Amino acid sequence: MTQPHKCGDLLGSISEYVDGVLQDDLCRELEKHLLECENCRVVVDTLRKTITLYHLSDPDAEVPIEVRERLFKRLDLGEFVRKA
Amino acid sequence: MELISQSDISTPALKSGDRAEFARLVDLATPAIYRLGLKMLGSAQDAEDILQNTFLKALQSLGEFEGRSSPMTWLYRIAVNEALMLIRRRKPQVELTDEPAGESDDIVAPVQLTDWCCLPESEFLTAESKKALDAAIQTLPERLRAVFLLRDIEGLSIQETMEALGLSDTAVKSRLLRARLHLREQLSVYFGERIGKEKK
Repeated sequence: MTQPHKCGDLLGSISEYVDGVLQDDLCRELEKHLLECENCRVVVDTLRKTITLYHLSDPDAEVPIEVRERLFKRLDLGEFVRKA
Repeated sequence: MELISQSDISTPALKSGDRAEFARLVDLATPAIYRLGLKMLGSAQDAEDILQNTFLKALQSLGEFEGRSSPMTWLYRIAVNEALMLIRRRKPQVELTDEPAGESDDIVAPVQLTDWCCLPESEFLTAESKKALDAAIQTLPERLRAVFLLRDIEGLSIQETMEALGLSDTAVKSRLLRARLHLREQLSVYFGERIGKEKK
């Protein structure tokens, strides 16, 4: 990396940066650094993509109907189990 | 995501032993708790055990639930504890993945520096890619895994994640950062290879 000490210092901020909650002064400092440091830009871009992929990858997992039925039975709530 | 707010479920009704209200909570929360179990343990049988144990424990400890956090956060807390207990019982296998770095605050500097964001979107949506995403989660030390799942998969806020795991703001943020960086490394290896194939 072009400025190793700077890269290491800013690494701790990138999670909050991609969440958009990093405080303004640190945000400006980080963005200035990203213009100069290709490696850090790649890390930030791929970190953001990683989080996006996980957000997209998991629509509500289907719970198998038999799992749901066994659960309600175990809890003695058999009369409330949804059949659909 | 089916997050239940306190307004959806009546805490007084739950605490008074209203079975229909508890059944409604079970119905609404089951997909999230099952998904959490699946991702924590990586097995459908374990996910079912965690699902059942979570609601059995909830039923037993309803009297202690004070309603300061939402019923959903309370259930997540029970479910994570159940998952961690199950993992601990299998310690010999688990120690291999729960390396000491998982418990320290050290941030591991990025090693993989391939820019794979430029891959066609279709590459990210294949069944194989989804498997790679799931497999990467299983390589996380379990305490980082719990934070990542609650925050980035279940969509809890930092505050809710703190409540569910009994952690400080600093601990949640630090574990989240380390979990995300770890997953970025794993996906960079996987998708970096896809870039190599694209170029051939």
